[in-house]
Amino acid sequence: MGLSLVFGIMDVLNLAHGALYLVGAYIAVQFISDGAAGLGAYLIAGLVAALVGATSGAGLAAMTRPLVTRGHLDQALLTLGVALVIGDLLSARYGNDVRSVPPPDFLADSVALAGHQYPSYRLAVIAVGLLLAAAIHLLVEHTRTGALVRATVADAPMVRAMGVDTGWLVVGVFAVGAVLACLGGVLGAPVLGAYPGLDERALILGLVIVVVGGLGSVRGALLGALVIGQVEVLGVSVLPQYASFLVFGTMALVLLLRPAGMLGRAGPPR
Amino acid sequence: MSRTTAPPPILAPTAPARRALTTRGLVAGGALLVLALLPLFASANVADMLTRVLVFALLAISLDLLTGVAGLPSLGHAAPFGVGAYTAALVAKHLTTVGPLQLLAAAAAGAALSASVGWLVVRARGTYFLMLTLAVGEIVHVLADRWEGITGGSNGLAGIPAITLLPGGESVRLAGVLYWYVLGAVLLGAAVLVVVSRSAFGRTLRGIRDNEERMRSLGYATIRAKYAVFCIVGAAAGAAGSLWVAQARFVSPADLSFEISAMALLAVVLGGRGSLWGAAFGAALVVLIRDELSPQLGGRGPLVLGLVFIVAVYLLPRGFAGLRLPRRTRHRGDAR
Amino acid sequence: MTALLQTEELTRRFGKLVAVDRVTLTVQAGARHAVIGPNGAGKSTLFGLITGAIRPSAGRVLFDGHDLTRRPDHVRARAGMSQTFQHSSVFTTLSVLDNVALATQRAAGRGMRMVRPAGRHATVQEQAARHLELVGLADRAAAPAGTLSHGERRQLEVALALATSPKLLLLDEPTAGMSAADSARFAELIEALGPEVTVLIVEHDLDVVFRLATRVTVLHLGKILAEGAPAEVRSDQAVQRAYLGDAVFDELFGAAP
Repeated sequence: MGLSLVFGIMDVLNLAHGALYLVGAYIAVQFISDGAAGLGAYLIAGLVAALVGATSGAGLAAMTRPLVTRGHLDQALLTLGVALVIGDLLSARYGNDVRSVPPPDFLADSVALAGHQYPSYRLAVIAVGLLLAAAIHLLVEHTRTGALVRATVADAPMVRAMGVDTGWLVVGVFAVGAVLACLGGVLGAPVLGAYPGLDERALILGLVIVVVGGLGSVRGALLGALVIGQVEVLGVSVLPQYASFLVFGTMALVLLLRPAGMLGRAGPPR
Repeated sequence: MSRTTAPPPILAPTAPARRALTTRGLVAGGALLVLALLPLFASANVADMLTRVLVFALLAISLDLLTGVAGLPSLGHAAPFGVGAYTAALVAKHLTTVGPLQLLAAAAAGAALSASVGWLVVRARGTYFLMLTLAVGEIVHVLADRWEGITGGSNGLAGIPAITLLPGGESVRLAGVLYWYVLGAVLLGAAVLVVVSRSAFGRTLRGIRDNEERMRSLGYATIRAKYAVFCIVGAAAGAAGSLWVAQARFVSPADLSFEISAMALLAVVLGGRGSLWGAAFGAALVVLIRDELSPQLGGRGPLVLGLVFIVAVYLLPRGFAGLRLPRRTRHRGDAR
Repeated sequence: MTALLQTEELTRRFGKLVAVDRVTLTVQAGARHAVIGPNGAGKSTLFGLITGAIRPSAGRVLFDGHDLTRRPDHVRARAGMSQTFQHSSVFTTLSVLDNVALATQRAAGRGMRMVRPAGRHATVQEQAARHLELVGLADRAAAPAGTLSHGERRQLEVALALATSPKLLLLDEPTAGMSAADSARFAELIEALGPEVTVLIVEHDLDVVFRLATRVTVLHLGKILAEGAPAEVRSDQAVQRAYLGDAVFDELFGAAP
C-alpha cells in the first residue's frame, strides 16, 4: 500500500514514471546486497535515488517545455519515448533476470499484529508512505507553493498573468514527482525486485490510481493510492490469483459511479 | 431535384490539385505493384518479414483512424488485436482452418470487445481516454495470462494449424502465398478504413477532434460517433490479429502487451496522425527497427525506437506525412 | 405570435451564489430579443442554461413546445437551436468550406455516412458554399480555418450558426472585440435574416442592441430587472441605476425621488 501512495503523485501525465520507478529499483540493486543491507546502504540508495530523480524530473520538464503549445498528448508521447530509452538502457546494464534486494537488517523480521504475521518491512513501507503522503498533502494544501501548484494545474495562463513563472513550478512538480518515483523504486525493491517490465507494471498501477482518485487532484491521487493500496493488499491476501482483477474492478466501479474519479473535476473543463 | 444553377466556383477542383492527384495515384500504383510482385523475387525470410510489416500496418492504420482522425489517443489498441488473434487461434484449432472465416471471427471479436468497453471509454477526453485505454489493455492482458482454460495462460496457444484459403482446400505453407493472402486482406482492410476516413463521417470525426463542443452545438451526437469509430477500428485490429496468427501460428499474452500498443501509437505518430498511408509507413519503420535492426544492435531496438520517437516528436510534429515537397503552383485560395 | 422559447423560473446556483434567479423569459417567434445587463448579471449563465451547456438547479426550458430541460446540448441543437461562441470556436485544421459543410451535412442528416467521399455530397457542399458567400468568406473557402484573421473567424462563426437553418439563433456577445465597421456589418447581416429565424442576443454593445432588438430584457444580479421595448428600457431609471451604480447615478441625475 505504501508503494501505491508513492505512485499516486502526478499532475501532468508522465509516462516515464514507470521507468523512473525502475531506475530507483535498480539503484537499490546497485547499493544494497545481501552483505550490505544496513541502514547506511539504504540511506545511500535513497539519497542517490532522490538526486537522480530530481535531475531526471528537471530534465523531463525541460524536454517537455517546447511542446507546451502542442498539447498534452505530444508531451505524453515524449515521455513515452524517454521511458523506452531508459527502460532499454537499464536492460542493457542489468540484464533481463529478476534481481532481488534484501530488506534492511533491522526490519527483516516479522511482527505479530492481530493474530497475523506481517513482515516488518512492509509495515515500515506503509509508514513511510503515509509520512510522504502527509508531507505532500501539507505541502500542497497548506503552503503558498502548494497553492500555486494547484492554481497552475487549474489555470496556468492565469497564474502566469499574476507574474509567477510557471516554468519553474512545472520543473519543481516534475522533479518532486520523479524523486517520489525513484524513491518508490528503492522502497519497493525488497518487495518487488527489479526486472525489465516492472516499469510497465508500475506505470499502469500509477495510472489506475490516478484514474480512481481523479485527474488533476493531488488529494484525489492520495486517496486513490490509499484505496488501491488497500484493495491490492486485500486481494493479495485473500485471492492472490485475482488481485489484479480486484484492482481493475475497483477502477471500473469508480468510473461507473463517478466518471471523474473520486475527487476529480466533474465534467469537461469550461 | 434538379440543379438550375451551376455549383459555385469555389467548389471546382483546380488544375494543380488534379495534377497532384495523378502523381499520387502513380506513386501508389507503383508501390502496390512492387508489393504484389515481391514474393517472386525475394526469399521466404523477406516475405515473412514483410508479412509482419503488413499486419502491423493494418493495426497502425486502424489506430490512426481512431487517434489521428478522430483525435482519440489510445494506448490499448493491442487489446482488440490480441482478442482477434486468440479468437482466430481458437477457431483454427477447433472449428475451421479457412483463413477468411477466421478473419471474420476475429474482426467480430475485436468489435465485440470494443463495443463492450467503448461505451464507457469514449466518454472520456484526451489524456483521460489515454489512461483508460491503457487500463483496458492491461486488463485484457492479465485476462489472457490467467485464463488458462481458454487462453493457455502464459504459455499461450501453440500448434495452430496452417490456414486454408477455401473450405477443404490445401493448407498454405509457402511464405509467398501466405504473403499474398495477407497482402490482399490488409489492402481490403486499409481500403475500408480509407473510405471511412474520406467520407462525411470522416469529416465528422475530424470535426470532433478539432472542437467537440462546437460539434455538439451543431447538433452532433458526438459520443455516438466516437463509439462508432471505436468499434470499427476494433474490428480492423481484430482482423489484423487473425492475420498475425495465420503467420506466426502461435499466440501468447505477449501479443496483448502494452509494448504492442505503444509500438502502434509510435507508428501512428511517426507516420503522421491523420494520414493513413503515413501510419503504414510508420509501422514499417517500427517493425524494421524492432525486428531487423535490433538483433544487429545487440538487442537495443527499443532504445533506437525511443530515440527516433523523441526526435520525431520534436522535429516532425506532423510525422513523416508532414514532410511536403515545396509546391511550385499557387495555393488554391489565391487563384481567384 | 407564439412563444418559441420559454424559460420558467430558471435558476442556477453555484454553492451559495445564485447566478440566475428564477428567470422567466419569453421569446416570441420571429423576435429579435436582446438580453443586457451589467457585468456579473448572469447573462452568460442564462445563455448556457438555454443552450444546454449548463444544467439548471431549478426551473424549466421550453422550446417550440417541447420541454428540453433534461435534454443535452446536442439534442437542443437538433431541435433548432444554434449558437455562436464568444471566443470564436471553429475547426482549425479543416478548410473554411469544410467547417460550414459540417453544419450543413448534419442538417441534411449525412453526418454519419461512411461510404461516399465527403466532397461528393453535392447539396451539402453547395449549401455550405452559399452560406460562405452570404457572410463574405467565399474567397477563403480553401484556407484552413486556423489561418483566418479574427474578423474572418467571427464571420465563419456566424456562417456556422446559420448553416444549420436554425429556428432560434443564440448570439453570445457577437460584437465583442469587433471594430465599429465590423459591428455595423454584423448588424446588417442580422437585419437581413428573415422572420423564420428568431434571434436571442446577449450583448454589451448597446448601440447594436438598440438597433436590432424588438424587445429587451435587462438582467441584474441574476434577476430580471426590466423588460420591454428598447425605448422603454432605455429610459427606465432602475436600469440606469443598475448600469451606472447608485453613486454615479445620483451624481448625474441628482438624488432619486
